[in-house]
Amino acid sequence: MKQVVSILLVLAVGFFIFSALYFPNQGDSAFDSYGEVDLDERVSSSFIDKNVTGENDEVVFGESANLEDGSANYVTSVIVNYRSFDTLGEVTVLFISAFGVGLLLSGRRKKQAFAHQPNFILKYGARLVFGIMVIFGVYMFSHGHLAPGGGFPGGAIIAAALLLLYLADNDFRAKMKAFKVTEGIAGSIYVILGLLAIVIGGYFLMNFLPTGIVGTIFSAGLIPIIYVLIGLKVGSEIAGIVDSFLTVEVEK
Amino acid sequence: MTILQIVEIVVGVAMIVFGILAINTKKLINSVIFLSVISMLAVVSFMLMRAPDVAITEAVIGSGLVTAIFVFTLYTTKKAGEKI
Repeated sequence: MKQVVSILLVLAVGFFIFSALYFPNQGDSAFDSYGEVDLDERVSSSFIDKNVTGENDEVVFGESANLEDGSANYVTSVIVNYRSFDTLGEVTVLFISAFGVGLLLSGRRKKQAFAHQPNFILKYGARLVFGIMVIFGVYMFSHGHLAPGGGFPGGAIIAAALLLLYLADNDFRAKMKAFKVTEGIAGSIYVILGLLAIVIGGYFLMNFLPTGIVGTIFSAGLIPIIYVLIGLKVGSEIAGIVDSFLTVEVEK
Repeated sequence: MTILQIVEIVVGVAMIVFGILAINTKKLINSVIFLSVISMLAVVSFMLMRAPDVAITEAVIGSGLVTAIFVFTLYTTKKAGEKI
């Protein structure tokens, strides 16, 4: 009975999604049919052409210089430049959830003892992989304006590397105090950069640094700096959550 | 119908099947593994929809960290229950 109801529910939801997206419109529908949207009417086309404040020529990879936003990856240019205030809110939500976990699982804690005893190869192989994963995470958030990726997945990759060390070594315990200090400093610098932009440009979190040629590493002004800060903040927050979940309270 | 659309439909149907399996299975650990499989299929689906940023985030968080945290929460609660 439960299966039949769930399959019927899935079929009903699927029918509504398909009929809204793929069938031709009858009168005034909420969506245009798939593939028939005129992008010039939408606000997203001015984000892609980077001409929100004025008229630009066509953006050419590796040639256009001094645009209003120099990021080659335009998902990043929306997330960290045009809608940077939303990202500040998103980082705050993650901070509050990490704060809640820390509040519930606080007190003196020790490493949870696993049933298995990791052998030599697992223990030292994990340390090798840890270095590679941290380098990949740093690449991910320092090249967020050029390639897919960014601060959130970069920070999560660093936290996953730390989780690997927790799994492979029974005695390992990260120094959580350093992570908390890093998180606080990174979050504060993000807000301070926003306030500095009010003083220099007149808008909160405005991109006030000069933007270079599209596609080079020093090209997007404030975006790489903010993404490095977000990466450090997200990485230390998720590392804190992982540490709270993999330890048990010391009994008095 | 191109081959990409067929792959997309197969991935979508597989996600629904694994979702129903995750609800119906008896052991909680199997349910967590099925959720991880759904995340991996979602990564493929995001790549087919040309959203590599979302795919990377889903691969790291959905099928890596969340699965690990679920598994260790299950492990801890089971151990506490055995003492009583």
